[in-house]
Amino acid sequence: MKHKLSFAGAMIGLLMAGIASADELNMPVGVTDISRQVYDLHMTIFLICVAIGVVVFGVMFWSIIHHRRSQGHEAEQFHESTRLEIAWTIVPTLILIAMAVPATQVLIAMYDTGGEDMTVEVRGYQWKWQYKYLDDDFNNTFSFFSNLTTSQDEIYDKSAKGEHYLLEVDNPLRIPANRKVRFLVTAEDVIHAWWVPDFGIKRDAVPGILNELWTIVPEPGVYRGQCTELCGKDHGFMPVVVEVLPEDEFDAWYAAEVENEAVRKEALSKTFTHEELMAEGEQVYATFCASCHQANGQGVPPVFPSLVGTEVVTGPRDDHIRLIIEGVPGSAMQAFGRQLDAAQLAAVTHYERHAWGNDAGDITQPRDVIELSGQ
Amino acid sequence: MSEVIHADHHDDHHDHGPDKGLARWLFTTNHKDIGTLYLWFSFLMFLIGGVMALVIRAELFQPGLQFVSPEFFNQMTTNHGLIMVFGAIMPAFVGLANWLVPMQVGAPDMALPRMNNLSFWILPFAFGIMISTLFMEGGGPNFGWTFYAPLSTTYAPDSVTFFIFAVHMMGASSIMGSINIIATILNMRAPGMTLMKMPLFVWTWLITAYLLLAVMPVLAGVVTMMLFDIHFGTSFFNAAGGGDPVMFQHIFWFFGHPEVYIMILPAFGVISHIIPAFSRKPLFGYDSMVYAVASIAFLSFIVWAHHMFTVGMPLAGQLFFMYATMLIAVPTGVKVFNWTATMWKGSMTFETPMLFAIAFVILFTIGGFSGLMLAITPADYQYHDTYFVVAHFHYVLVPGALFSIIAAVYFWFPKWTGKMYNETLGKLHFWLSFIGVNVTFFPQHFSGLAGMPRRIPDYALQFADFNMLSSVGAFIFGFSQVFFLYVIIHGIRSGQKASDRAWEGARGLEWTLPSPAPYHSFTHPPQVTDEEAHA
Repeated sequence: MKHKLSFAGAMIGLLMAGIASADELNMPVGVTDISRQVYDLHMTIFLICVAIGVVVFGVMFWSIIHHRRSQGHEAEQFHESTRLEIAWTIVPTLILIAMAVPATQVLIAMYDTGGEDMTVEVRGYQWKWQYKYLDDDFNNTFSFFSNLTTSQDEIYDKSAKGEHYLLEVDNPLRIPANRKVRFLVTAEDVIHAWWVPDFGIKRDAVPGILNELWTIVPEPGVYRGQCTELCGKDHGFMPVVVEVLPEDEFDAWYAAEVENEAVRKEALSKTFTHEELMAEGEQVYATFCASCHQANGQGVPPVFPSLVGTEVVTGPRDDHIRLIIEGVPGSAMQAFGRQLDAAQLAAVTHYERHAWGNDAGDITQPRDVIELSGQ
Repeated sequence: MSEVIHADHHDDHHDHGPDKGLARWLFTTNHKDIGTLYLWFSFLMFLIGGVMALVIRAELFQPGLQFVSPEFFNQMTTNHGLIMVFGAIMPAFVGLANWLVPMQVGAPDMALPRMNNLSFWILPFAFGIMISTLFMEGGGPNFGWTFYAPLSTTYAPDSVTFFIFAVHMMGASSIMGSINIIATILNMRAPGMTLMKMPLFVWTWLITAYLLLAVMPVLAGVVTMMLFDIHFGTSFFNAAGGGDPVMFQHIFWFFGHPEVYIMILPAFGVISHIIPAFSRKPLFGYDSMVYAVASIAFLSFIVWAHHMFTVGMPLAGQLFFMYATMLIAVPTGVKVFNWTATMWKGSMTFETPMLFAIAFVILFTIGGFSGLMLAITPADYQYHDTYFVVAHFHYVLVPGALFSIIAAVYFWFPKWTGKMYNETLGKLHFWLSFIGVNVTFFPQHFSGLAGMPRRIPDYALQFADFNMLSSVGAFIFGFSQVFFLYVIIHGIRSGQKASDRAWEGARGLEWTLPSPAPYHSFTHPPQVTDEEAHA
């Protein structure tokens, strides 16, 4: 029995160690008012549970040590006590009410979604996040995708893992400090969940539904989280990274992005060379296609078909473009017409038809895509 | 005159023993044989599900991908969950019910013996189909044991249809099994065995059987809706067609929450036999134990959406499900207090079943505490879908449900086999399991709080230490269950002969029978004395 006691002691020790080095082993305190309230609530409930545990297990172990036959203890035969049973029904009920009061207060505070300074739509895709900055009329001002940048070599132990292994992206969500940002969370394909532990916010991204979430972050910095709803093969590889900028820096960045958007729109009417299309196409392919069809185009048949010498890339070009725009309903092949603009679609089509030894011998320009899609 | 005829007939019947060879097991309608089949089947499933758990833990031993692809990893987590829930824990409890319910209520057999045979023999085929999907083109189910749509419909591998069919078969088996248990308990009790004198294992199973009857059709409904979405063009769960992916979760958890109590209520029954037996003292608060189980069963129907706090419900809904969930702590607390009061001023000894039972009370309570924390909605936003949840439900299912099953096997082993297992080996098995389970699951509380999502094949570097520890624990635990098999076989082959009342503190009608219990028992209803009532 000493073993059990010492083991219980070790567990409690481990627990205390957990609390001591809070940032690594406990819930993060976080940086927002809400996250701190949630942390306090968590610690309150936890300590109440520990206190109840100490009392109940204390009584039990006292009994286990003293009321054993090897100590010569004779069993008494009592088997009920109405008074005791009523007491241990009512006392826990009161403790629960005491817990419910602060929990209700925090929850009500979290649901205060009004009065936002700006709105960002967060859209989950297999397996990346898209951030759309909405204007006051909820029109899309500009948007971008946020992809994992950790290399396959790091994942497969072929090179050393970086500091932010699996928690790093190409384009983080950027928001201003000290302003109330409202997020409209949704998804394109399956259910994802968007979580930033340091903000104390998490919400499921459900296709067809817009969920609301908000935060005010006082501290500029980079905050990292992950998708927390199983969303298929690369569920573990779609981190959430939010960069909180000081207000003036954010405003400057925002203005620059609005301008970039104008440049991007111009590209739609340009004519590109084979080399330009291949270079842009390779990038688009790596970001949007390679996780299923693989960098070498071989795919993972039969789930993710090969693109090397197969019918799609050798057949009529317009069918190829349509397939990419519309996707294949009922499969993992998404409708990329909703994710990429005509210039990107043209480049990736051209790339697929001319990479890995494919040689369709044609060329695809943004206007071809626009003609087909009616964009 | 009629009495004489009856007696003669009875004597003829008495000589009738089991068939020989395979036919005995295929065609048996005997509750003890069927109980044995269920128990061995569930152990086989437990080992298969366990191997899958070890694949998961091996991959998570360190960061990076070493052994399996993310795609296969998802198939492992999914099938581990499905097999452990539907293949290991549930059939094991049905096996215990088959062995024990007729003997404990003083009945000669289950009420519907042929259906009993059918309910068992559906299972090997159901699981044969489900496990075969792993070898199909495109792989097996990979969408988590909760199979949320549309990942499990539009985006699922083709084998999902076989999975749906297997779930239908399991559901049919469970429904037949629960009808049988209800019919046996309500109709076949010995004279004098009034409801409030029934042993608690019988009570908990009666309530569990009603839960099963209520929710298995709901599960069948939801998988049928999936089938229609996949093959017949409906859009129950497809937003683009006017359906709602969240509705899937409401229906699933309306089944799923009672389901988790289906896996724990019979455990409460088992523990309520073992603790009094080794404390040599009657169970404290029999009546309140029965009412507590009934309250938990009722509450289980109105808390389902606490699995879905992050799905985006209105504030009023969140508050309702938070309060209702917190309420469950009250009847659960009553049970823990009653067990503690049963031990208080007893004369305790610590044979293997008692060790497992005490570990159950402590570790299940820890799982209950984390459950209470999860009920607090604002905090749940941080816990939801992290390893904190994984730690929580493994604490209630492994040292909870599973430990109670192991405790029951050791406790009733002498009654079933007429032999005594080796106590030293049993205790060794206990300590290995106890250490293994805590080393595996305790650190998962920390990795979860620190932010590690569940169901990921690879993780950020700050979670490395706890995952390594967890994996070491899992292999210890896995090994100790193979050792369990050895202890059992050793007991069957070379155990000492057991007496009829193998444990001096054991009470209940089953202990008035010889050990091993004869193939046909209580062909005449026994006398229910106060001594053996509500054990």
